[in-house]
Amino acid sequence: MARPRTYKTQGVVLKQMPLGEADRILTLCTHDRGKVRAVGSGVRRTKSRLAGHLEPLTHVRVSVAEGRDLHHVIEAETVHSFRALREDLDRMSVAVYLCELTDSFTAEGAPSPEVLDLLLATMRLLESGEISPMLVHAFEVKVLGHSGFGPEVQRCVDCRSDLEPGDHLYSSSAGGTLCPACRVRSEDALVSVSMNAIKVLRFLQREDLGRGASLSVSAALAGEIERLMSIYIRYVLERELKSTEFMKLVAATGGRS
Amino acid sequence: MCANRYSAAEPVSRLVELLHKLPGIGPKTAQRLTYYLVRMPEEEARSLAEAVLAVKERIVLCSQCYNITEADPCSLCSDPGRDQTQICVVEEALDVAALDRTHAYGGLYHVLHGVISPMNGVGPDDLKIQPLLSRLRSGEVRELILATNPNLEGEATSMYINRLVAPLGLKVTRPARGLPVGGDLEYADEVTLGRAIDGRQEF
Repeated sequence: MARPRTYKTQGVVLKQMPLGEADRILTLCTHDRGKVRAVGSGVRRTKSRLAGHLEPLTHVRVSVAEGRDLHHVIEAETVHSFRALREDLDRMSVAVYLCELTDSFTAEGAPSPEVLDLLLATMRLLESGEISPMLVHAFEVKVLGHSGFGPEVQRCVDCRSDLEPGDHLYSSSAGGTLCPACRVRSEDALVSVSMNAIKVLRFLQREDLGRGASLSVSAALAGEIERLMSIYIRYVLERELKSTEFMKLVAATGGRS
Repeated sequence: MCANRYSAAEPVSRLVELLHKLPGIGPKTAQRLTYYLVRMPEEEARSLAEAVLAVKERIVLCSQCYNITEADPCSLCSDPGRDQTQICVVEEALDVAALDRTHAYGGLYHVLHGVISPMNGVGPDDLKIQPLLSRLRSGEVRELILATNPNLEGEATSMYINRLVAPLGLKVTRPARGLPVGGDLEYADEVTLGRAIDGRQEF
């Protein structure tokens, strides 16, 4: 039998599912191989050498053996454990959401180093700073952009004319804003979007994460953007993200643990 | 072309199918087990079948700790020798057995029957968290030990419960994290090693 081919890469462990007696199937967002699904053999055993390195939210360097069906992790070494994210319930719930989004917007075998860099940068900001809803929205806008679903908020998606000041409508199916002339003709389900929300989205698209995260907006405007993004992401993915509910629940219980 | 391919008798294929549903049993193992059962003395087969039924008919969840038990309340909850002021929270009934084997703990248990798994959509309402809160509110409990698994999901569950019970003013603890007996320092990840150093003890 031919020896299995192995490769080395690095990335973030996005999630894991139990497999068989003591194994787990891990999903990683890697630097040069896109999303990778691989088995961590025996990682549910207390004495596993790999286990601690392959927990979700860990930035890890791995050696992976290509199998006929599933790949197997044979070596793992932590680059950064993001311990501060996993030891704080609020931060953890947000980080898990970031990972689920990344999982949804990456594909196996499609290298997306820029998405990994984005995820790592966002997790680092989340680890070191206050939890900012705008950091999450900046991540959403940018990860959507990398996968070709970036919201068009500069011009009308239909007639391509620049948006005049005033309130507009957002079309999830067209992936952007509609001007008053085009909104009449459109039959899609539309969400109203204020000029201020459009400006915030433009800012988040244009500026880097750190500047996006430090943007302070009113509670009403934050709520509007939150609603818009969740409707749009649900439309693009055609499903509800699983981790949002827990993130909201944790935020609602408030306080520090 | 042959007229009829061989297919196993209906009771056999039915049993294969049912065994295949068990965790860790693949199609081949299911077949092997079935043909073993076919050859088994009737008496043994009958007692196996009865044991399976007995599990379903006689086993219930303890109304206090939600451990699996034949008598309600279970033998642990009704044991006056156990420390009634401590409750140790675990994910599964198997964890009760594992912890009790240590003889290091003599208090009561509470089985959650699962763990919060945000990425798999399992939330607090899917677990026995509410019954735990009512136990804590009504009882004489002074210490709550959160012994969920030391992984992301277990930590999420413990941190969430800790937040819920904070207003009750209990002492909330969790088992120490550190190096496994027989382990190798150089393979330890930095979180484990970091916590092992944080929680170091004087010789």
